[in-house]
Amino acid sequence: MADALATITRRDGFGMVTIRADLDRSGDAIAEAAGLAIPGVTRITSDGSRSLGWMSPDELLLILPAAETGAAIAALTGALTGEHALVVDVSDARAVFDLTGPHAGDVIAKLSPADLDALPADGLRRSRAAQTAAAFWRIEGGFRLIGFRSTAQYLDLILRNAALPGSQLAPR
Amino acid sequence: MTHTPSFRLARGGRLIDRARQIPFRFDGRHLRGLQGDTLASALLANGQMMMGRSFKYHRPRGPLASGAEEPNALFGLGQGGRFEPNQRATTTALLSGMVMQSQNCWPSLDADIGAVNGWLSPMFPAGFYYKTFIHPRAFWKHLFEPVIRHSAGLGRAPSDPDPDRYEQAYAHTETVVVGGGIAGLTAAREAARAGGRVLVLEQGPVWGGRTPVDHRDGQARIEALLADLGARPNVTLRRNCMATGLYDHGYLLAREALADHDPDQGIPRQRLWRIRARQVVTATGALERPLSFAMNDVPGVMLASAVRDFILDYGVAPGRRLVVVTNNDDAYRTALIAQEAGLEVAAIIDARPRAGGDLAQAARAANIPVLTGTGIARVRGGRHVEGVIHCDQSGEGRPTGAIDCDVVAMSGGWSPVVHLYSHCGGKLIWDEAEAMFRPDPARPPLGADGQGNVTATGAANGDLRCAGDLERAEDATMPVWCMPQNAPYKLRSKMWLDFQNDVKVSDVQLAAREGYASVEHTKRYTTLGMATDQGKLSNINGLAVLSEALSQPIPQTGTTTFRPPYTPLTLATIAADARGDAFQPLRRTPIHDWHARNGAAWEPVGQWRRPYSYPRAGEDRHAAVNREILAVRKGVGTLDASTLGKIVVRGPDAGRFLDMLYTNMMSTLPVGKCRYGLMCSENGFLMDDGVVARLTEDSWLCHTTTGGAERIHGHMEDWLQCEWWDWQVYTANLTEQYAQIAVAGPKARALLERLPGSIDLSQQALPFMQWAEGEVAGIPARIYRISFSGELSYEIAVPAGRGLDLWERLHEAGHDMGITPYGTEAMHVMRAEKGFIMIGDETDGTIIPQDLGLGWAISKKKADYIGKRAQSRSFMTDRARWQLVGLESLDGRVIPDGAYAVDAGSNANGQRKMQGRVTSSYHSPTLDRPIAMALVRHGPERMGQVLDFPLPSGEVMQGRICDPVFYDREGGRLNG
Amino acid sequence: MLILTCPCCGVTAEETELHPGGEAHLERIGPGGSDAAFEAYLFARRNPRGVHFERWRHAHGCGKWFLAARDTATLQVFGTYSAQTPHPPAQIVAAIRRARPDWQPHWTQAE
Repeated sequence: MADALATITRRDGFGMVTIRADLDRSGDAIAEAAGLAIPGVTRITSDGSRSLGWMSPDELLLILPAAETGAAIAALTGALTGEHALVVDVSDARAVFDLTGPHAGDVIAKLSPADLDALPADGLRRSRAAQTAAAFWRIEGGFRLIGFRSTAQYLDLILRNAALPGSQLAPR
Repeated sequence: MTHTPSFRLARGGRLIDRARQIPFRFDGRHLRGLQGDTLASALLANGQMMMGRSFKYHRPRGPLASGAEEPNALFGLGQGGRFEPNQRATTTALLSGMVMQSQNCWPSLDADIGAVNGWLSPMFPAGFYYKTFIHPRAFWKHLFEPVIRHSAGLGRAPSDPDPDRYEQAYAHTETVVVGGGIAGLTAAREAARAGGRVLVLEQGPVWGGRTPVDHRDGQARIEALLADLGARPNVTLRRNCMATGLYDHGYLLAREALADHDPDQGIPRQRLWRIRARQVVTATGALERPLSFAMNDVPGVMLASAVRDFILDYGVAPGRRLVVVTNNDDAYRTALIAQEAGLEVAAIIDARPRAGGDLAQAARAANIPVLTGTGIARVRGGRHVEGVIHCDQSGEGRPTGAIDCDVVAMSGGWSPVVHLYSHCGGKLIWDEAEAMFRPDPARPPLGADGQGNVTATGAANGDLRCAGDLERAEDATMPVWCMPQNAPYKLRSKMWLDFQNDVKVSDVQLAAREGYASVEHTKRYTTLGMATDQGKLSNINGLAVLSEALSQPIPQTGTTTFRPPYTPLTLATIAADARGDAFQPLRRTPIHDWHARNGAAWEPVGQWRRPYSYPRAGEDRHAAVNREILAVRKGVGTLDASTLGKIVVRGPDAGRFLDMLYTNMMSTLPVGKCRYGLMCSENGFLMDDGVVARLTEDSWLCHTTTGGAERIHGHMEDWLQCEWWDWQVYTANLTEQYAQIAVAGPKARALLERLPGSIDLSQQALPFMQWAEGEVAGIPARIYRISFSGELSYEIAVPAGRGLDLWERLHEAGHDMGITPYGTEAMHVMRAEKGFIMIGDETDGTIIPQDLGLGWAISKKKADYIGKRAQSRSFMTDRARWQLVGLESLDGRVIPDGAYAVDAGSNANGQRKMQGRVTSSYHSPTLDRPIAMALVRHGPERMGQVLDFPLPSGEVMQGRICDPVFYDREGGRLNG
Repeated sequence: MLILTCPCCGVTAEETELHPGGEAHLERIGPGGSDAAFEAYLFARRNPRGVHFERWRHAHGCGKWFLAARDTATLQVFGTYSAQTPHPPAQIVAAIRRARPDWQPHWTQAE
């Protein structure tokens, strides 16, 4: 039996914080509190432990070890005191999957209309996976994909289906 | 048993492997073919020319073509769930153990009862169905339709679910080239040199199109191009991939066959490609046209190109003695190739007055008789060609001689495959010289930038000689739409234009005489070019006949619309992976698995699944609902309310924003308190409701209905981004961040006080419509004192990951209290007992809050809110609008939900006038009697009046108007 | 199936990632408006064969609303632009004019 196109792994242990603010005004304060540079439009910055993704012109997503979430929210809230901003914990709202292996891109290409060739090394693409919202970016050896917690089982199913052994997209 | 099939030639066959024999079954017979065969070539090699019967007259039919345009040789393939009708024998690869069945015949291909239709064919002219089955009307339903339905349809549908897997994938490319022949590969090389990504799609398993067959050095030229392209990293070459449709902005659908009819590979059978290309090159080649002569549908009459394809590609002789009939030089190739392969070429019948091109010279030099200015008057034979009778092309069909043969190779010229070019708006021009439509480069399909994004190349662009030997001079094609030119009706009524749908020259002429001047109308009236043909073989011949009958030039008649798909796509391929558990996303709350373990009967609410009730052994869903309600009313119950929308709204302008969004005032809500709010559309109609909690000075949490979260969040963002974009407000949809559990019933407080926690739950500390934050059972929580059941109730929100934990702790702690999980139906009944409205029950998109007695929730002080202006329109303020009331059933039975209350008199359409309808109706276990809510004209002023509700059965139920609050009017139970 | 480039994040998205929102540049009529003006705001929509201005939300993306100028017959997209403007900006008007020299704006340009 051939191998699956990619190894699909549900990941736990991430904290996630949505930050909504005027990024021009508050970017420096956020960067300092988050400990990461503010990502460019549709990019994600990372230091190996934490990542900061650009979600929208006035929205960032901080992804970090779950244990650090409370302190990060406090730091961000403090840093944005006096500014019009919203910092909320969304750690429990998400499902995270890692897709690793030589054909991980094929799995994405079967589920999302996004053009992976146009996704830079530090790109974050918000799109859909089949019929549900998803965002993904490159990690070592593949992709990390996040979706909504309630659709975790659906995501797991369609990711595994797309990774069916022998179904790689390269012409046979 | 092995034997060499009698029609397999000793030599040749570039696509077959003579060393590998393939057994298969055809209509129960065990036969053998070779690796590389199509079903058609394998059957021909076995001497099986007759491969099906026509749709209408059930006439015997053999293969006409060798490719995707084949109209006759369609089989039912496979067995059980893998059975598939209408599989084209000419494009389906033969695989070991294949089982195929002929179609449109009963009891068998050889002895078919339906062939009686053919004997009666003079009675089945164009429009036969329209003309015949009109009167008497009652016959339609009971006689005509059942009989027609029984015999209608090509093939039969499979009876079992398809066990194979299908998938889809997206591709993005600068250029997609459709067609892997010489033109396509050349265009791909050009595009690849420019540096962008190039994707080349070939419909079949081999590259090269007609070039390896029609050009001396064809194979070498193709291989050189493939080597060049294969070395380029920006080129993807994909075989077995049929481009089926071209849509807006360079969106191309294609079907890749990965494991067709070969399930043992364990991979998806087919893949639907969704391709987005900046430029599309159609290199789809051309299709040869049949000639219209009498009995041109007898098995053994084939396209000239198909005859040489079977010889050269598969080493199969379609017959032993061949007559070629043509109006062009290309068909001479078939004569030469057939002769070289050892077939006897009895004659070339050329409709043109003279034939002097290089190929004609070669044929004469090979001692092949060439009869110019000649046509076929009639083919002899029934189930197989026995010979032809020829005549002067310019005459009426008086025989000039007869020739014995068992195969007729015909060529009426070639038509570029313009389907993809036409699918998305590209226009065609008429090429007088070649008598064909070809793509008009001045009017191509347009891309997003308004520039043409499709070009045609090679034969698809009208360059019919691109695959052949350009150095050979050819004489011009002479259009021939009827052979002989002045054939009488007797001959014209046997000239097939559309072989699949049994449309003849005489049918199109009859349509024209009956006034069908539009080609689109003629198509529907005669069925010309319907079903799988889609303008492939029948199009030009049909519209040329129509043009002649209408005495107008062909371009004036025009073509019918070319619609996708070019070749049929199965529904399974279109659905791809979206079937079974992956049919659509099923959203689960954090407590879903507990519900499942505890026997929940599910109710779909949008994509969510919520427990409807939890039936115990021996209990049905409704008995469970009654038990759950009584448990909550007398003790304590828990509801998984996690699906409720939870949207946080924050900012200096958040209060003013919520005042616009809700009908009531949210800006004045004190921190720590909750308020029930109504949300209307700009039309004034009630669209959502829920409890709003003020979290801080500048932030609110808005609850929405289940399934309303995304919609209401989008609604908020719409107004913030597009109308009040200078207001400082941020929103975040936190629906999935929290699990929310309603703990309801007189024992709710006592239960919660058993759990360790930091929140004072007393009436004084946490009164109705307030919230508090802290810990419950060691879990960070926010508790809202809100109630949809009318009982003392706490809704507890905790991080979703802790939801199951809290639920289980509650059930552990409340075990001796008889704590009961309750589902959505218990919730619905309890809210109805309290007279609370439900979005979707009491509202249907035409209801304003004022209809529901909710005027108290509409602020009179606010200058504006979304929907306010609409609610002052005359229709909205009409006192006669139906208003919410309660209903008591007079006979103790539940009045059906949705039943209408009739009024005296009839409306303009003779229908009974209505004065109201039931919006919610239940048996109340609390009161042990039916309760209902209804919208009734002047309802609140008519307390005590009795309304009639006629049921579909004819029975009339009666209900007495009453107050909609059936239970605990004073509201004392809210405080336990 | 259309493709549009979201001006808020620069992503070129296909129609399935977008959510349509009908005609752009409607002026909201509130409680002070006349019946006729309110009716026009609620129900009257332009339905041109040709240049049209539309609202779209990059729903499976950055979540922002934006506006698109598009030809309803040829599906040519003249441009996409911010939703936070009462009229199409000058560069969109210029792009339309380049492709449709005879086209006239239906609004009176204040600026």
